[in-house]
Amino acid sequence: MLAQSPSTVPDSDLATLEPSEPPKTGRFRRPRSQRLGIGAWAAIIWLGIVLVGAILIPILVHSNPNNNAIAGHSSQGLFKVASHPLGFDRNGDDMLLNLAKGARNSMLVSLGAVGFGLILGGGLGLVAGYFGRGVDGALTTLFNVLLSIPPFVLALSLITVFATTAIDKTGNQHPPSSTHRLIVLIIALGVVSVPTLGRITRANALQWSQREFVLAARAQGASNIRIMLREVLPNVLPAMFSIAFLAIAFVIVAEGGLSILGVGVLPPAVSWGNMIAGTRADLQTLPFELFEPILCIFFTVLSLNYLGDIVRSRFDVRESAI
Amino acid sequence: MRAALRRILQLAVVLLCVSFFSFGLLSLAPGDPVVAIVGFAAPSQLKAIGHQLHFDRPFLVQYWDWLTGFLHGNLGHQYFGPTGEQNVSTALGHALPVSLQLMAYAMILTILIAIPLGVLAAYKSGTVIDKIINTTAFGSIAMPDFALALVLSYWVGVKLHWLPSQGYEYPTHDFVSHLQHMALPALSLAVGQIAGYMRLLRSDMVATLQEDFILMAKAKGITNRRILWRHALRPSSLTLLTVAGLNVGALIGGTVVIEIIFQLPGMGLLLYTAITERQFVMLQSLVAVIAVGYVIVNVLIDTLYTILDPRLRHARAIA
Repeated sequence: MLAQSPSTVPDSDLATLEPSEPPKTGRFRRPRSQRLGIGAWAAIIWLGIVLVGAILIPILVHSNPNNNAIAGHSSQGLFKVASHPLGFDRNGDDMLLNLAKGARNSMLVSLGAVGFGLILGGGLGLVAGYFGRGVDGALTTLFNVLLSIPPFVLALSLITVFATTAIDKTGNQHPPSSTHRLIVLIIALGVVSVPTLGRITRANALQWSQREFVLAARAQGASNIRIMLREVLPNVLPAMFSIAFLAIAFVIVAEGGLSILGVGVLPPAVSWGNMIAGTRADLQTLPFELFEPILCIFFTVLSLNYLGDIVRSRFDVRESAI
Repeated sequence: MRAALRRILQLAVVLLCVSFFSFGLLSLAPGDPVVAIVGFAAPSQLKAIGHQLHFDRPFLVQYWDWLTGFLHGNLGHQYFGPTGEQNVSTALGHALPVSLQLMAYAMILTILIAIPLGVLAAYKSGTVIDKIINTTAFGSIAMPDFALALVLSYWVGVKLHWLPSQGYEYPTHDFVSHLQHMALPALSLAVGQIAGYMRLLRSDMVATLQEDFILMAKAKGITNRRILWRHALRPSSLTLLTVAGLNVGALIGGTVVIEIIFQLPGMGLLLYTAITERQFVMLQSLVAVIAVGYVIVNVLIDTLYTILDPRLRHARAIA
């Protein structure tokens, strides 16, 4: 965290200063401060439910076209129909099923985008931090340029250009398919997360590359690639992942914002974001249709932020290093 | 001095790259750029517009023309089919003040709420009050601004009819009504920001309150209030500035979305129009304007930083 009291201990010495582990006689218990609290478990359980639900519910529950017949009941609100605990949306589709499908796409987009960012941004950051000098300068400038456009605006302009309705010379309109939009969405949000992940990786790689074991590996004749992947990368991973948690949360929220601008996940595909965006038209009649996806996003982002915080404090990742 | 020169050079490089990116956007679009801009038209019309927009020239010449035009405030046109056009700069002139007002109100709200809360939480650190404030802040960071905007416009606007849920009023026309229209958008933007500012201010001040000079001030018998506001808060101004820098991007992105939800005729709504009506020239100019504004704000914050903290000036000069 930025505001943590400045540590007087240089980072390179931290490893040697960590409290020595208690002797492993009898049953080993982690010290209290290292155990996961209730909050962390709640976060993990929620994320587990979301993931399992996203995968299983659409397989187990089939949307029944006859459901439309009872769409009229949807205005009776929450918990009225036992077999459909979360009610119906305005098309008469089961909200639980919708939320699960939405979770699928929201997870697909966020994990895909952050995966993209981790591989590309992490890779570039590792190279920049390891080689330093000119390579570092060039890549840092690249990150700075990417960072100099507000992330949300960058994503929306990329998506507009690559995945909105195209008009050809004869005047025919070619609306993009949902899949096409999904792929562009993943890449665009991935590009957005490249500089953030790249910079944290670079900052950490820079520190670890100066350590003795890197020198030792080099002395033994290890190749640069080997040193980067086997010596530096494992030490940098915690920092990358703690930021990745935040990045996933950011992408989930950003997809919702993009949906409101009409460039998020494209209907008929569902995401939490476009479910929220879709309710703007009739807030009067179906408020739960708005609140349910919002709560899903809220708890997911909350869990990710919480876990990110824990990883960060455990591995002493400083945001100021970014 | 050398450091300053280096920074200016860096700024120039970044601005050049950003403008190049905004310009290149259009050429990246699949298909014929002229068709993308004006839609369907007779081949002769397409050719004429293509010529007018310099699409028949080499790419770098196009870029140069665009850049000089941009610097002269010529942001191109909005196209309505092959014949109708409207100046983007005129549209921008109407939209920009609205967005700036919204951001300013959000910032004012943020500062007015976040600083007292942060100071209170730091002063009461470890107590129930601190925990409540902190937990609420942690929760409100997880609340997306657009979701909060929709919930607020539903509850306060549609259900309770306390405040207008949509629309804009010019401040010169009816200032009270203007504030009423801006209240919900500004609040939805501010909540996330408040949490961010407050959390960092709190942890910063908790550290400051442990310092010797605070003990010294206490020993001199200075009142708690004065110690908190005069002695302990002042060193945290740098932290607040850092948060401001980190949050500008989120603020701009948030403004875009919030404006659409509340139908405020600002940059966000303009961007929305550009996207839905495929006004690529307008999109290009808007992205460029936003990016340049963002870069300039960040540079200002950075400069302010070095002015406020002389230590940094030297540290940067070395690095």
